[in-house]
Amino acid sequence: MSDIKKIKDGYLNKLDKDQNIESINQIKTELFGKNGIVSNEFKKLGLVSQEERKKFASDLNFIKEELQNKITSKIEEIETKEINLKLENEKVDVTLPERDFKQGKIHPVSQVIDEISSIFSEIGFSVEEGPDVENEYNNFTALNTPDNHPARDMHDTFYLDEKKELLLRTHTSPVQVRTMLKGKPPFKIIAPGRTYRSDSDQTHAPMFHQVEGLHIDKDINMGHLKGCLNYFIKEFFEVDKLKMRFRPSHFPFTEPSAEVDIGYEIKDGKIIIGEGDKWLEILGCGMVHPNVLKNVNVDPSKFQGYAFGIGIDRLGMLKYGINDLRAFFETDYRWLSHFGFDPLDVPSSYRGLSR
Amino acid sequence: MKFTIDWLKQHLDTDLNDKEIINNLTNVGLEVESFENAPSELDDFIVAKIINAQQHPNADRLRVCDVDIGKSETVKVVCGAPNAKKGLFTVYAGPGAIIPKNQMKLSISKIRGVTSYGMLCSEAELKLSDDSEGITELSEKYKEKIGKKYFDTKTPKVVDLSITPNRPDCLGVRGIARDLAAAGVGSLKKIKDSKLNQNFDQDLKVTIKKEKKQGCTIFGSCLIRGVSNKESPQWLKDKIVSLGQKPISAIVDITNYVMIDLNRPLHAYDADKVSKEIIVRNSKKGETFEALDNKKYSLDDDMCVISDHSGVLGLGGIIGGTRSGTELETKNIILESAYFLPRSIRKTSKLLNIDTDAKFRFERGIDPKSIEAGLIKAADLIKEVCGGEVSKFDIQRLEEEKTNKVKFEISLFEKITGFKIEKKEIIKIIFNLGFKIKENKESLDLEIPSWRPDITQPIDIVEEIVRIKGYEHIQTLTPEKSRLKPTLNRQQKLFHFLQRSVASKGFYETVTWSFADSKINNLFREKYNEIKIVNPISSDLNVLRNSIFPNLIFYLKKNVDRGFKDLSFFEIGPVFSGTKPGEQLTVIGALQAGKYFRLNWQETERNVDVFDAKRDTIQTIVEAGFSKNKLIIKDQAPSYYHPGKSGSVFLSTEEDKPIAFFGEIHPNIVKKLDIKTDALIGFEIYLDYFKETKKKLKDQKSQFKYSDYQKSERDFAFVIDKKIKAQDLIDIIVSIDKDLIKNVKVFDVYEGENIPKDKKSIALNVTVQSSEKTLNEKDLEKINNLIISTVESKSGAKIRS
Repeated sequence: MSDIKKIKDGYLNKLDKDQNIESINQIKTELFGKNGIVSNEFKKLGLVSQEERKKFASDLNFIKEELQNKITSKIEEIETKEINLKLENEKVDVTLPERDFKQGKIHPVSQVIDEISSIFSEIGFSVEEGPDVENEYNNFTALNTPDNHPARDMHDTFYLDEKKELLLRTHTSPVQVRTMLKGKPPFKIIAPGRTYRSDSDQTHAPMFHQVEGLHIDKDINMGHLKGCLNYFIKEFFEVDKLKMRFRPSHFPFTEPSAEVDIGYEIKDGKIIIGEGDKWLEILGCGMVHPNVLKNVNVDPSKFQGYAFGIGIDRLGMLKYGINDLRAFFETDYRWLSHFGFDPLDVPSSYRGLSR
Repeated sequence: MKFTIDWLKQHLDTDLNDKEIINNLTNVGLEVESFENAPSELDDFIVAKIINAQQHPNADRLRVCDVDIGKSETVKVVCGAPNAKKGLFTVYAGPGAIIPKNQMKLSISKIRGVTSYGMLCSEAELKLSDDSEGITELSEKYKEKIGKKYFDTKTPKVVDLSITPNRPDCLGVRGIARDLAAAGVGSLKKIKDSKLNQNFDQDLKVTIKKEKKQGCTIFGSCLIRGVSNKESPQWLKDKIVSLGQKPISAIVDITNYVMIDLNRPLHAYDADKVSKEIIVRNSKKGETFEALDNKKYSLDDDMCVISDHSGVLGLGGIIGGTRSGTELETKNIILESAYFLPRSIRKTSKLLNIDTDAKFRFERGIDPKSIEAGLIKAADLIKEVCGGEVSKFDIQRLEEEKTNKVKFEISLFEKITGFKIEKKEIIKIIFNLGFKIKENKESLDLEIPSWRPDITQPIDIVEEIVRIKGYEHIQTLTPEKSRLKPTLNRQQKLFHFLQRSVASKGFYETVTWSFADSKINNLFREKYNEIKIVNPISSDLNVLRNSIFPNLIFYLKKNVDRGFKDLSFFEIGPVFSGTKPGEQLTVIGALQAGKYFRLNWQETERNVDVFDAKRDTIQTIVEAGFSKNKLIIKDQAPSYYHPGKSGSVFLSTEEDKPIAFFGEIHPNIVKKLDIKTDALIGFEIYLDYFKETKKKLKDQKSQFKYSDYQKSERDFAFVIDKKIKAQDLIDIIVSIDKDLIKNVKVFDVYEGENIPKDKKSIALNVTVQSSEKTLNEKDLEKINNLIISTVESKSGAKIRS
């Protein structure tokens, strides 16, 4: 037994020194092979006296285990070293470009429409739409703007026929007419969409976007209108403080009518919405005119409410610092890349309107 | 509408300062566009320096000076002054300036063969002194002021209001003063009694012809004899100039002044040029006259004209004629103060395309009861400035004007505005606005002032009260979060989803006009009629688009020309199929140009092709919730696609309208539009053709079934007729056993060597898996053989060995 212990120590020593897998396998055979030293020792088990056998077996097993563990760990050690060496050789330059990826963009107008819809969704408005081509009645007459009304001059209209019966809608207000004609009150809708006026310069484009709002119920008054718009503008511009001014104005389809200004200041060449002592006109609104309600078969003695119209492009320009309206519609790759939004950036109330 | 604060104060007694007045104007609904100093004639005189003075080539006494007037280039001025020499600081007046001394208007002129741009002025010419010996000499101190105004003019500040079309009364200073007074800014002054002494009749006969469509209902006039027309006095000139207009003569300036002051347009005729009598009548087609804008107009039937025996004198309420116009020599005048119907004015001026101050006012509605007030004020002023004797007024009218009335329930105010004010205050406000009031317990009987044609019903009264009281009194109520129905309907959700789905594939969303250039639109018009815009903004945006592509391709080309090579754009929006409301479809149009890989260190470069377009199309549809396996692909597409490299997508075999097209854009179009790109592909998705899925997503999820038995894959290669489509082959294999055959994938298509010319080889990988057991060799052999025999018999293919 003392021999075998010596042998064991010798092999442990050897294993500590040995570096390659082949010599370890050789040692493995020398020890545990068919005629290996340890195997042979086990064969001697029968020759050992009854009283010593138990201890002999236990010692021998202990030695076997010690050697085997040593061999296993040695092999692992060597394999790890080999793999590491191999991986070291496989190293690439990770600063080389990744495989190409393409990032798309959502147009600012679409993003702003989604922001607006998200805000009004929170206070219970649903989205309605109407056609871009309208008849003269829905666009003007039903909205209390008869043919001889000078207010028509304020809308430079595109016509599709010489009789001027078919036109491109000059505002989203005809959606009010369509919505009320096909349904019964109450109504609580917004209607974003394209609108057209034959006007073109730095601040006017022949096509632009508006969002119409309409809330008709039994007792909706100007306080509701003010509250609704105050909520909307605060949410939209994502400001806590907002200076807002209601100013009397005139639209044929609302009465009383108001234009809404918000306070702003210019800091470092950028518009800051909410404070400051300058006023910026951003929308028109008012109580829906009884004549309009009559035209769409709603009894003005039972129902009343407000309507508003907001220029979407202008809101976008103010919020995101865009100077030129016409650039919205010119499909300049650089502009879209700069002002566009990531498609995953969906405005929502729980995640927030914008990043 | 422009006026000065001083002018306003002729009608309004107030202690408030300018700023407070301006704020109050805004608060009552009279929007202030600007409040700035009026321009002055003296602004044209600027500090200048003579840079160089040379002898005039053709005149001994003249010099040609190069003058620095603060601009990037000097100007040449010919000058006769002996002191005009190099380095002198002096006063320069450019072309258009009016010399104070002699009221001469400067223009660019040739002086002895040398062109002179303006003039260097003497002190006498500037009315500064009598020194006319030489040009003004300024000290070195003016060095810093070159190019700046020489005169430190203190013109009055002018208010410019944007008056909404419902408020003609505020197109007069007095109307504005009345509104301010009602709002508590001060009190409206009484109009002074006239000192006119009228003791003879107006002897020119005036008749308003009673005929259908007569546009004039009242015609008031007076004769003023023995006037001496002249230049207006300074106070009047200043007023006219402050409005940005040019003084003409005292008589014309006075009529303009009264128009602005009282919103009462007037017209003065030279009485000696009117032939016998004045007849107000409808015009006849073909009648002509020369108007004061020096244009000759040819009239239509039924336009309201003022005429005499020799023909048309003027268009009533719109513009007078040259034939009877007043001049400095005019001795006797007829002053007209009339009422014309807005509808008639509007119609005539639109047809003839004339816009004048009078027309602007009459079409909005002039106070029919201001006829005499206008005559009195103007006659008073003319008598004062030009002398003469004023006749009695002659007032012809077709009908008595009615007084409009309205009954106002006081409770309506709170119902609409949401806040309450005392009855006493309501009465005070509307009284100050000029209403006559009969008070009842719950209501008021109101007589509407004649200058307010906009007021006809109770809601108008609410507006009057609330705007005068102030919109700041309206409460801000927190919005209720109650919802009547879902925010978006299915189609709107689809829109929203597809929009972001396409963008997420690397496309830039764009928004282009709904109109297009007919020349480009025609390339994509297909079966639709061209929809022309009668009055397009420009000739290259003259039709409504029949497809998204015309504009998209136009702008894509612009970007290609800017040097961008690989571009992906899409737009989601309307395309038009007809001129009636609703004849439009919502479509996604996407274009991609260039290469899929370019200058890539790993991948081989390749152009974008039909299968890139197909992937984006199919993936978008699948992401929107439609099963890929059910989609039917056909090889038909509109003619603007490459006929061999394009296709259409149907939601199922039953659908007759494709939901999408994809493919390469026809090379002829790329060539015709001269788009310099490696390749151009596109796809279109028609949102309206998506059938509405009946179930919501929560109901669509079926039971989750799967098989854990071993699956087996086997490859097949068939040699097959070229005409047979890959999809047909796949359909044949899948239909053999839908339960067992889980997937069929084409992994190679080959034509060429070792394959007959009219054939191709298609290699497919078929996955077989049972949901009941692990398939053994025998089962697999059976299904494999069945696949081969079925494909061979149904398609004429041969298995490749």
